[in-house]
Amino acid sequence: MKSTLAITAIIFTIGFVTLPVVMSDSDYGWGKDEEYDRSSTGVAAISNPVYKEECGSCHMAYPAGLLPARSWTRLMADLENHFGDNAELDAATHQSISKFLLANSADQSNYRRSRKLNNSIRLADAPLRISAIPYFRHEHDEIPERLVSGNAEVKSFSHCNACHTKAEQGSFNEHDIHIPGYGRWDD
Amino acid sequence: MKTHILVTVSLLFSSASITLANSEAMDTLLQTYAAQGAATTNAEQGKRLWVKTYQNKGEFSERSCTSCHTQDLTAPGKHAKTGKIIKSMSPSSNPERLTDIKKIEKWFKRNCKWTMGRECTVQEKANFLAYIDKPTNF
Ligand code: HEC
Ligand code: HEC
Ligand code: HEC
Repeated sequence: MKSTLAITAIIFTIGFVTLPVVMSDSDYGWGKDEEYDRSSTGVAAISNPVYKEECGSCHMAYPAGLLPARSWTRLMADLENHFGDNAELDAATHQSISKFLLANSADQSNYRRSRKLNNSIRLADAPLRISAIPYFRHEHDEIPERLVSGNAEVKSFSHCNACHTKAEQGSFNEHDIHIPGYGRWDD
Repeated sequence: MKTHILVTVSLLFSSASITLANSEAMDTLLQTYAAQGAATTNAEQGKRLWVKTYQNKGEFSERSCTSCHTQDLTAPGKHAKTGKIIKSMSPSSNPERLTDIKKIEKWFKRNCKWTMGRECTVQEKANFLAYIDKPTNF
């Protein structure tokens, strides 16, 4: 009981310390201090329950800020043939999810990571995979194949949350990376 | 109290014909299927269909409901491609199951197409429901 209280108190405190940082994640005001760096490694977290339920049942619900609007439009146009799976939705749900994705896409976001992903894509391209974006490839080019496709617990780069333990909260901070069978990634 | 009402409702339905289901959603669905021609359910047939393997060209050439849900409906499954854990299917181990008509129909549509290459008939769906609801060994 006592320890539960203590833990609650700690979580509460952390919540208060990090909340303003997350909410003010922009290029202004935080200079180079460490808290700014932490929050700047993220993209906006998902809070839409319909999206979480519908797009989070077969894999993690990818934060909308990981792809530009034109990619989401292309992806939503053929859910029946979705990477070899069938993810079709009824018309009303389809519409509400499209609206949510377009309003929160990488090109609409002022999170730094979203902007970098977006800026690395040529305007003529609309990649369907986050893992195909040039900025993504660049950030992951030092990771050997055996830790990814050769790793039964990871399988492919599509499974962000296999390594980024806080991916679903939109955080890709280096301190929260744990590659199964390898451990923490600090370089 | 709630359980009490549910039990009463189920009893009413079962006397009308079909099986004793765990949820209102399932009762309603089975009634709809009955109206469309699937007057009886057969859990044993449901199980046979559940474990049956279908050939497919390309990736995952052998497909079955068990590819993602496993043979044991009371144990968690794993998505064949993404590896994401899928909570167990039987309502006895996961009370959220078979409680939402839209959700059940949505997954029947997707999963029948992916697994069998076509949508399921109402009779097949009725049998699946009976089996998932009461996964006895046959
Ligand atoms: C029926 C299962 C299923 C559902 C539902 C589903 N997906 Fe997927 N999704 C997949 C599979 C399978 C892949 C391929 C994963 C792989 O290659 O390992 C995938 C891949 C993706 C990728 C590419 C990830 C990458 O960078 O490689 C995105 C983006 C995506 N899905 C978005 C969505 C969205 C948005 C929705 C909701 C409209 C959705 N998915 C619903 C099964 C599903
Ligand atoms: C195999 C494990 C693994 C998977 C899967 C993976 N990543 Fe990473 N990711 C890493 C590692 C390791 C780094 C750090 C690379 C470095 O600094 O050398 C990284 C770095 C990043 C960064 C840069 C963070 C920063 O601080 O600069 C982003 C953004 C990112 N990943 C997003 C993603 C997304 C989105 C996905 C899924 C589509 C994903 N990653 C899948 C291991 C992984
Ligand atoms: C490629 C993977 C895959 C295959 C194969 C598959 N399913 Fe599913 N199924 C899923 C996923 C993912 C869900 C959603 C799980 C969740 O809500 O936790 C699901 C959910 C369901 C549900 C909804 C249950 C509820 O009330 O929540 C039913 C019914 C179902 N599947 C039946 C089937 C049947 C019948 C087959 C074979 C014809 C089948 N599935 C094959 C992945 C699969």
